Amino acid sequence: MKKILGITLIVLLAGCASQTTQPDEELNADSGYSDGMSGSDLMGSGSGRPGYFSQLNDPNSILYQRSVYYDYDSYTVKSEYRELVLSHARFLRDNPDASVILQGNTDDRGSREYNLALGQRRADSVRNMMTLAGARDSQIEAVSLGEEKPRALGHGESAWSQNRRTDILYRGE
Amino acid sequence: MSNYRFKSHRGIWIVLFWLFSLPSFAQLNIEIFGGGASRIPVAIVPFADENALPQNLTPVISADLQRTGLFRLIDPAGSSPHAPVEVVYSDWAERGANALVIGRVTQLSSGQVEIQFRVMDVAKKAQLTGLALTVPATQLRAAAHRIADVIYEALTGDVGVFSTRIAYVLKRGERYALQVADSDGYNAQSIIEYTEPIISPAWSPDGSQLAYVSFENKKPVVYVQTLATRERRAVASFKGSNSAPAWSPDGKRLAVVLTNQGGSQIFLVNVDGSGLQRLSRSSGIDTEPNFSPDGRYILFTSDRGGSPQIYRMAVTGSESSNAERMTFEGSYNVSPDYSQDGKSFTFIHRHNNQFNVAVQEIGSRQVQILTNSRFDESPSFAPNGKMILYATEINGHGILSAVSRDGQTRQHLTVQTGDIREPAWGPLPKWK
Repeated sequence: MKKILGITLIVLLAGCASQTTQPDEELNADSGYSDGMSGSDLMGSGSGRPGYFSQLNDPNSILYQRSVYYDYDSYTVKSEYRELVLSHARFLRDNPDASVILQGNTDDRGSREYNLALGQRRADSVRNMMTLAGARDSQIEAVSLGEEKPRALGHGESAWSQNRRTDILYRGE
Repeated sequence: MSNYRFKSHRGIWIVLFWLFSLPSFAQLNIEIFGGGASRIPVAIVPFADENALPQNLTPVISADLQRTGLFRLIDPAGSSPHAPVEVVYSDWAERGANALVIGRVTQLSSGQVEIQFRVMDVAKKAQLTGLALTVPATQLRAAAHRIADVIYEALTGDVGVFSTRIAYVLKRGERYALQVADSDGYNAQSIIEYTEPIISPAWSPDGSQLAYVSFENKKPVVYVQTLATRERRAVASFKGSNSAPAWSPDGKRLAVVLTNQGGSQIFLVNVDGSGLQRLSRSSGIDTEPNFSPDGRYILFTSDRGGSPQIYRMAVTGSESSNAERMTFEGSYNVSPDYSQDGKSFTFIHRHNNQFNVAVQEIGSRQVQILTNSRFDESPSFAPNGKMILYATEINGHGILSAVSRDGQTRQHLTVQTGDIREPAWGPLPKWK
């Protein structure tokens, strides 16, 4: 029986989509995401954060809020969160160098892969609202974490309602 | 504010750190419940000289047979034949045994071990089968599993799965490990460990590789890793989410679920990541693809009809306007896995607010619900179709469970610390 300590290193042969053959032009050209877009890539080497980050991190600004919550089995952005989403959309429209990743989440009931797809619906619905409001598609990547990264643990509506959500994360933060 | 910080980093260094700092050995504990209505009574006599070995064989063989729920082990106490001439059949008939297993071991000067065993039919007073094998002294558990396979096949007519392995994800605190263990829970080894989730492990048909979904890049990406070398590559890392890998039976392609064309849809891709081809086309969610053993069909989960149900579509030919709906009972049927003969599939069926393991015969559409727990997930058929491994929950802890195809026998597989989930039963070894 071999222990893991005696086993050789993992070799990451290809960590990014640029090493896979790109299929037809229907797919987004922007598929090199997992190369990572670090803060320094966005802003030029080592020049520190752009000024707009101060807006994003001002607790008095609506942009400080980054989470949209959903009803059970729903992916529609409720009216109480519309202004939040639109504010971020307008910010993206006005700051073409800024980009976000939207992470959709679900509660833990049911199949993990199906929940991954449901979380994707939630992230996609926020993306759609943002692009309709002027953000460019290339500024947004919508992904799902499904039920895998819950904010609240346990069974029951109080935990579940916290986990049905889309989070907005700005790259470089 | 989300505490899931987005930073770019090279994941490999984090992975290596954990490899060298975590205890990697985790043994699964197995408890058995229930048993078949009519079990074959068999007596297993400890092999001559096996006590001198570093690992006894007959306890492993007995435990393997016991776990199936198909055998009733007769205590051999008081008799120890090791060769056919030593067998007093009336003695064993009196004890109620239908079959008797005898054998001997010899330690060779080379350090290897020679094992001879025979399965005797008590009523016919004759040998059913026998085998001699020579193995290194480090491979005695594996030899015992092979012997259990031979006994199982001789007495039931079915292929044994004692020499197979299972893959699963073990979560301890904030650390996730994809592990592979023998089907009896021994020899658990971590394939990869990280501080972000891992889901959906899938065995290549020859058992040499595992595909899985890792969140180490803060989004789901499909990797394929070669077990022997630990080399891995990202097979699907497109914009959006990449998940649900399923191998074609020829091992050359994977079905995956991508979201970069709007919504979760099923694609085919070559194992090296090239040759992307869209397979499903609906405005709903299509996910959890699973190939039929002949490679012609894919079962999958889709909510194109309004609720998640299981559908089947042909792999070749036009994109799936021709998906056929397979499940019609209830409003939530997901996670299909074909049996190895292609005639049935296991899946998760929600009813009465419970998520249970079920099996459906494809021809008759007959459905049998096999479990009565609340939160069952990820059912995976054993490669002989006789047992189904799945994830469930007891007292808030994630464990694995296995249920026999007829629902009579159940096992729980647990670890001392952590939660186990996402099981995948590996294929038959190549010599079968």
